[in-house]
Amino acid sequence: MIAQALTRRRERRVLPGFGLSLGVSLTFVSLILLLPMTSLVGQLSQLSWSQYWFLITDPRLLASYAVTLFGAAVAAIFNAAFGLLMAWVLVRYEFPGKRLVDALMDLPFALPTAVAGITLATLYSSNGWIGRLLEPLGMSVSYTWIGIALAMAFTSIPFVVRTVQPVLEDLPAEVDEAAMTLGASDSHAFRRVILPYLWPALVTGTGLAFVRSLGEFGAVIFIAGGKPYETEITSLMIFVKLQEYDYAGASAVASIVLATSLTLLLAINLWQGRFIKRLHGGRG
Amino acid sequence: MSIHISQIDKTYGYKGHGHTRALEPIDLDIHDGELIGLLGPSGSGKTTLLRIVAGLEQADGGSIHFGERDVTHVHVRDRRIGFVFQHYALFRHMSVFDNVAFGLTAMPRAQRPSSGEIRTRVMQLLEMVRLQDFAERFPAQLSGGQQQRVSLARALALKPDVLLLDEPFGALDAKVRQELRRWLRHLHEELHFTSLFVTHDQEEALELSDRVVVMSNGRVEQIATPDTLYRQPANRFVFEFLGDVNRLEGDIEEEVLTCGNARVAVPGVENGRQELLLRPHEIRLDEQPNARAHLPVSVTAVVPVGAEVRIELEADWLGEPWLATISHADFERLAITRGKRLFAQPSRLHRFDTPRPQTLAPLSVS
Amino acid sequence: MLRVGDAPRVRRLLIGVALALTGLFLLLPLVAIFAQALMSGIDVYWQNLSDAYTLAAIGLTLLVAVITVPVNLIFGVFLAWLVTRFEFPGRRLLQTLIDIPFAVSPVVAGLVYLLLYGRNGWLGGWLDAHDIQIMFAWPGIVLVTLFVTCPFVARELIPLMQAQGSREEEAAVTLGASGWTIFRRVTLPNIRHALLYGVILTNARAVGEFGAVSVVAGAIRGETNTLPLQVEQLYQDYNTVGAFTSASLLALLALLTLAAKAALEWRAARREIVT
Repeated sequence: MIAQALTRRRERRVLPGFGLSLGVSLTFVSLILLLPMTSLVGQLSQLSWSQYWFLITDPRLLASYAVTLFGAAVAAIFNAAFGLLMAWVLVRYEFPGKRLVDALMDLPFALPTAVAGITLATLYSSNGWIGRLLEPLGMSVSYTWIGIALAMAFTSIPFVVRTVQPVLEDLPAEVDEAAMTLGASDSHAFRRVILPYLWPALVTGTGLAFVRSLGEFGAVIFIAGGKPYETEITSLMIFVKLQEYDYAGASAVASIVLATSLTLLLAINLWQGRFIKRLHGGRG
Repeated sequence: MSIHISQIDKTYGYKGHGHTRALEPIDLDIHDGELIGLLGPSGSGKTTLLRIVAGLEQADGGSIHFGERDVTHVHVRDRRIGFVFQHYALFRHMSVFDNVAFGLTAMPRAQRPSSGEIRTRVMQLLEMVRLQDFAERFPAQLSGGQQQRVSLARALALKPDVLLLDEPFGALDAKVRQELRRWLRHLHEELHFTSLFVTHDQEEALELSDRVVVMSNGRVEQIATPDTLYRQPANRFVFEFLGDVNRLEGDIEEEVLTCGNARVAVPGVENGRQELLLRPHEIRLDEQPNARAHLPVSVTAVVPVGAEVRIELEADWLGEPWLATISHADFERLAITRGKRLFAQPSRLHRFDTPRPQTLAPLSVS
Repeated sequence: MLRVGDAPRVRRLLIGVALALTGLFLLLPLVAIFAQALMSGIDVYWQNLSDAYTLAAIGLTLLVAVITVPVNLIFGVFLAWLVTRFEFPGRRLLQTLIDIPFAVSPVVAGLVYLLLYGRNGWLGGWLDAHDIQIMFAWPGIVLVTLFVTCPFVARELIPLMQAQGSREEEAAVTLGASGWTIFRRVTLPNIRHALLYGVILTNARAVGEFGAVSVVAGAIRGETNTLPLQVEQLYQDYNTVGAFTSASLLALLALLTLAAKAALEWRAARREIVT
């Protein structure tokens, strides 16, 4: 049917390479992306609904959902604030070391998650450089939800910073100037004029950070410790089930994680579209 | 509110690194309630001066007073001015109403009027700019002219004593520009603020302003009423900037200027090479030369414009074509067509090489 | 130019907090990696690096990168060309499909490959019969890394090529150029930076992928350790110095990646100023 549609649309393609690039792309996408995904569907289809339900509502699993969601939420909120601050400072101010700081914002993307994982675990363990400072204060980071949130926050720093930065850069100087000529204080101008301007990017970035954190594995498992019901994240549960050759169970959990991520991404996309439409008005 | 600008100067960059002198020390006295136009080509410093008065930029030296108050080091938000930007600078996420109300809602709680009072004032302003039905719309839904009217209303919401406008109509097309000029004049008369606006459009400056400040290269060339500027330009720059200019260059001997086969009497001018200037309406055309002027020209273009006819003239002894404007009556009397040969008779000639510009009247009779 | 937040006190406060947090969260871990690796002295560091298992891990990691990066480069270019230069039904769908690896947790990525190629998987039987081992061997690692890194090049190219439009290429067609020539002499110069950037990202991710590779390299660790897996194994064995030694290699690569990115951006910015 697609072939029909394609041949019908044979109004002269000006540029060459349609066939070849279509072929390569479809082959690659099918082999590398779609085929493996369908194997998941296949595995799941072997389960009855009640089996499926039983698998995904296992109490230990439910606890892991809570741990993962909570950690991701805390991490996302932290990154919203931290990311906004960093974007502001990098765009608006000059200071020694600015170039280095700007480059460091991408470190979580460039650094392998396992490396981040063992480093954070070591730093915040009870005799780590930071852990040993927090211990006498009664604060424990490793093997607690704080550690989980910390690791999730680390790996998703770039999402907020790099999403907000370009929008802040594009903010015209006149907007600031107009607010100031109208007598607004810095905080009023920021709250009522600048922040609304940044809002879509901030929400998008935070949303992406949240989704990323839900699936984060390597950076979290070391500092978390993986204690069932307490510091076990969902992606670890999938791994554990695989080690036990429980493919059905692993697939069931994976389907939940996947469905959640895809839904959230879709929601973010839709929200972004609507918000931008309002800003650019009803005029075509 | 009067504005006193004293010895304001500004330089950008450092010596050896794009060092630009934006403003030479400027003195300017603006009376309460005046509408002043800052006119000049780009790079003349007019926008820099406006922004310094606003407080959006800092001068290197000098002072600015609003009435008795020294505002030289006062932050822009505390100067109590209104500012209108060339590209409107409306807050696109806020409705028209919220935009206009912004200055009022930004006031600290202690001084802020009640929401009822704010509503009244905002609607009042919107009515003044005839946009009261657009209060809930968003800027993206408005045309350029409408956005600028909102921008005006927003700037006036806090009842500023001083309104500053930076090329306010530059981004709009001709018809809308004219309409908005009328709005500004009208608002100015109703609300009695002192106004300073920047433009590179001389027609706009001459039409709107009580007085015009003509600037070039960071200096003030002349400050005068539009009429005086046109009739008594202080120097060549002002003369050339405000209106079309025709040039007559030649050698003068015994009070006669000669150029090729052209001759014109120039009483009172010493010998030597001179360039004299004249306006389009200062050229009379005739079938015959007379004793004082023998300037043969031929007509290359005829353009009727409103109440006059514009004639383009060329000649061997002219470097650039001349532009003359004559009445329809004269046009018909002479039966002017393309290619017709005529003689030009300047009713006035201007020279700018002396310390004070002089006007010569070669046709002393009639 | 005067802007909101310019006041000296505000500025100093915000910069101070930003620097402090950056130091704490980003710089400190970086320093810690090297500090831990060198904790037992430089000799032990070298020993760890030249250890047979480490070298094998480096070799495997390099192999994965050397295969993955060119393949995804080619795929990314073809996909970007397809999606930005032609209209066809399903174009949007194809574009969103490429985002799948971003939504997928790395462990889930590993899982779906295991389901497909594993012994009990769909193709498992067939592969077994032909004595081809994909899972728990390097081909599996390569495949899963391809999955995880496939969006990067495409996502860098697509917005850029869309914004640039096809006008120049169309002009080249009217002048009689062939497809490859058009790409090489018209398109490529315009997308050079984005392409390079995509390659850098792909490489960084290919080398560093952990979650997905953990799953397919086997819960049984044999000689199918990539460098990140090696890091984990050494850490679990309480060989902290050893683990951080391998980690330091990866960290060095990360720093190189950041430097390359910064250099690219600096050159792109300079070009904009000149043109």
